[in-house]
Amino acid sequence: MRLTVNGTSREVDVEPDMPLLWVLRDELGITGVKYGCGIAQCGACTVHVDGVPVRSCQLAVGDLEGEVTTIEGLGSPDALHAVQAAWIEHQVAQCGYCQSGQIMSAAALLSENSNPSDADIDDAMSGNLCRCGTYPRIREAIKAAAQTIRSA
Amino acid sequence: MSRLKTITRRGFLIGSVALAGGVAFGAYMVTKPHANPLLEGAGQGDTAITPYVLINADGVTLITPRADKGQGAYSVQAALIAEELDVELDQIRVDPGPPSPAYWNTALADEAAAFMVPSGGRAERVAHGVLSAVMKTMGMQITGGSTTVPDGFMKLRQAGAVARETLKLAAAQKTGTAMADLRTEAGRVILPDGSSLSYMELAPIAADITPPQEIALREPSEWRLIGKPMRRIDIVAKSTGTQNFGIDHKVDGMVHAAIVLNPAQGGPMNSFDASEALTMRGVRDVVQITGGVAVIADNTWRAFQAASAIRFDWGPAPFPATMDAHWETLSNSFTEEFEDSRQRDDGDVDISFAESAGLISAEYRAPYLAHAPLEPLSAIVRIDNDAAEVWTGTQVPRFIQKNVGRIAGIEADKVTVHALYMGGSFGHRLEDEVVKQAAEIAVKMKGTPVKLTYSREQDMTHDFPRQIAMARMRGVVRNGQVDSYDLGIAMPSVVMSQMARQELSVPGPDSQIVAGAWDQPFAIPNHRVTGYRALQLAPISSWRSVGASSNGFFYNAGLDELIHAAGADPLTERIRLCDDDEARKVLEAVGEMSGWDGVLGDGRGRGVALTQSFGVHCAQVVEVTSTDAGIRIEKVWVAAEVGTVIDPVNFDNLVKGGVLFGLGHAMNCEITYTDGIADQSNFDTYEGMRMHQCPVIEVRGLENGARVLGIGEPPVPPAAPALAGAIFAATGTRLREMPFSKFVDFA
Ligand code: FES
Ligand code: FES
Repeated sequence: MRLTVNGTSREVDVEPDMPLLWVLRDELGITGVKYGCGIAQCGACTVHVDGVPVRSCQLAVGDLEGEVTTIEGLGSPDALHAVQAAWIEHQVAQCGYCQSGQIMSAAALLSENSNPSDADIDDAMSGNLCRCGTYPRIREAIKAAAQTIRSA
Repeated sequence: MSRLKTITRRGFLIGSVALAGGVAFGAYMVTKPHANPLLEGAGQGDTAITPYVLINADGVTLITPRADKGQGAYSVQAALIAEELDVELDQIRVDPGPPSPAYWNTALADEAAAFMVPSGGRAERVAHGVLSAVMKTMGMQITGGSTTVPDGFMKLRQAGAVARETLKLAAAQKTGTAMADLRTEAGRVILPDGSSLSYMELAPIAADITPPQEIALREPSEWRLIGKPMRRIDIVAKSTGTQNFGIDHKVDGMVHAAIVLNPAQGGPMNSFDASEALTMRGVRDVVQITGGVAVIADNTWRAFQAASAIRFDWGPAPFPATMDAHWETLSNSFTEEFEDSRQRDDGDVDISFAESAGLISAEYRAPYLAHAPLEPLSAIVRIDNDAAEVWTGTQVPRFIQKNVGRIAGIEADKVTVHALYMGGSFGHRLEDEVVKQAAEIAVKMKGTPVKLTYSREQDMTHDFPRQIAMARMRGVVRNGQVDSYDLGIAMPSVVMSQMARQELSVPGPDSQIVAGAWDQPFAIPNHRVTGYRALQLAPISSWRSVGASSNGFFYNAGLDELIHAAGADPLTERIRLCDDDEARKVLEAVGEMSGWDGVLGDGRGRGVALTQSFGVHCAQVVEVTSTDAGIRIEKVWVAAEVGTVIDPVNFDNLVKGGVLFGLGHAMNCEITYTDGIADQSNFDTYEGMRMHQCPVIEVRGLENGARVLGIGEPPVPPAAPALAGAIFAATGTRLREMPFSKFVDFA
């Protein structure tokens, strides 16, 4: 089975019902995407498929249509995405485990809407749990990233 | 003799150890007055060297032995060392683990957390009581009790200062320059002519120099780092998906394992049938472990899938099957037979009650709660014939050495523990079941690293949750004031449950049964707090703020009812009753921040609470609105007295996180048991707070106290009672049991 992840075509030999999450983590060694619940409740596994945020724990790899982007493909320490830069500037992370998913959800929101209201942020982000309670900083960072994107 | 006294009071001495090509500076902890290795010969079993600064050709590494579970401990510890060492935080590496296994094991072996449970005033009476005694006896390196900051504030700065002065001595020796003409900056010793020597090149010389001891620490006015916003050392990695967490870690040749234990936690396994699982793709084996079985496969998901294909015959749980029976046990515990402590008994509540016609009474409940850090537990263990290695995120590396050593049949010091980054803990990683289980598998396949990953369901249903607890309050008001307050609290002993799993018993009363209640800064004329130790029920463990997590609610909720009966204002009456200057300033701060002025109207309401826990007075005002969709938490104002705020950014983040942790669980979380099986197994039934419910939070750190205190836990206890007070003010509904979602809806 072939899939395109972060712009690279990859070959995997797996059951079609294996969730994309585990194909990425265990078969391809892409660990920025996290396992938190496995039942679409926490958002830690959020990736983009053709730019749309998807819970990769819920997507059987056999049903995948489109190109996958994980946080590693969004930006890197040397080439940060605007959302990642805002996350660093606002020092959002505590344990950091939820943050890949938070950033992927936020990036998807901002690609659709570069001037989100608080209600827009609530709608886009309420599927992403943060057990450490970094929500206030996530909200600030999204607004800051939106500003950067608008003025770019 | 006077020198010995100084040293003993300070509790440690700095020494250096020469390593191949480098030098390490550490602190010799003095756990007993006469057990100092520098005074009585090095290498004694009951003292230890903790290396904090390692300098070799590779650079400067700061050793931060307290685990980072997301609270920024690595950064804070590094900053304390760097403040005196004169290195920049982007010049150094931070390592929680062994720079050299042989060297570090000595450190791990005996470092006593002698400063566990820091607390002031009344609380100091228990500070050196049960818990710290246990810690000393076990001599373990442990992260907990918000102790990282208080424990490290002196020690780490001293280590940095001694290393700096030793490096200057090395430079003086090498160049023939007078010490007084040398200064240090950014990892270099600067000579009078402006040229400089790096710490790295000086390290081999420094290794032969006896470190000076009496070095005055810099005054707060000279601090470069402490008190200024810092950039966490892990912030880039955690914003780019490049942070390696325990669950992400790989070791060459490792296999993946999943386990199934009796869903009735701790119950026996009568039989199992793994025939179907064994035919599934990627499955290597199914082996029996304590209380269940493990599947070994070539991928995490395949291990999970195969685990759910095994059929079992389980026995019953070793604790009561229904919640009614758990509550009944607590209800029956308010008797002399179960009395554990009565640390507070001011005035005479009995006489006061006898003389009063209007006795007020109420009962409160707090449920079991899962820790549920977002990263499920995992561990990699490899066992060889005479050594073992463990890779995991943990707060208790010493227990792991002991337990893996026992399972592998080797000495504890032959077990190397690599402490990895943790995706949260909240006390979860004070337990080491996942490591023991991985070791039980690994010992059956020697030489192969076994990575055990918990499913979320395994993690939640087999957590050792927060204690279940019940409180009964009676009180009397007179002339518009609170006159008598009698609070009894019943819970099983957390410390006993937790230590029993490490085959340790704890003598004396369990101070956690009354923590956050008996030692509160209120002078009520007749005031009594009694702890009742209920029989052990479901196994329980320390959950962020431990006893105070339930008792902060009980104490403040009871007080609120009395204040209401007296017709007084919840904030004004607390301030009037307060007998501690620092605490009063904390209450006044939230009053000022929130513009507290009584009733709000329009379905809005405010509540206030203060809890002293771990020596920190933390007060919160919560404001809610009652809407058609339910209660909306609008705003929280929070103030805490911590002596010195080391990093204002991290402080702000931790306080907000603690408030949300307290509010989220109070809103809608509980673990309940049916037939001895946990009813909640994932975040669909254990939600906590989400973004759309998150209030605006305003934080203020007060620095009036002399002691430097940690802030990881203290914001949790006052959140729930402040929320309950706000809901009462907005709706007239008095909430006496958590979670509040059993009685009100949240928008
Ligand atoms: S792991 Fe996919 S939503 Fe939680
Ligand atoms: S930062 Fe820990 S779960 Fe969000």
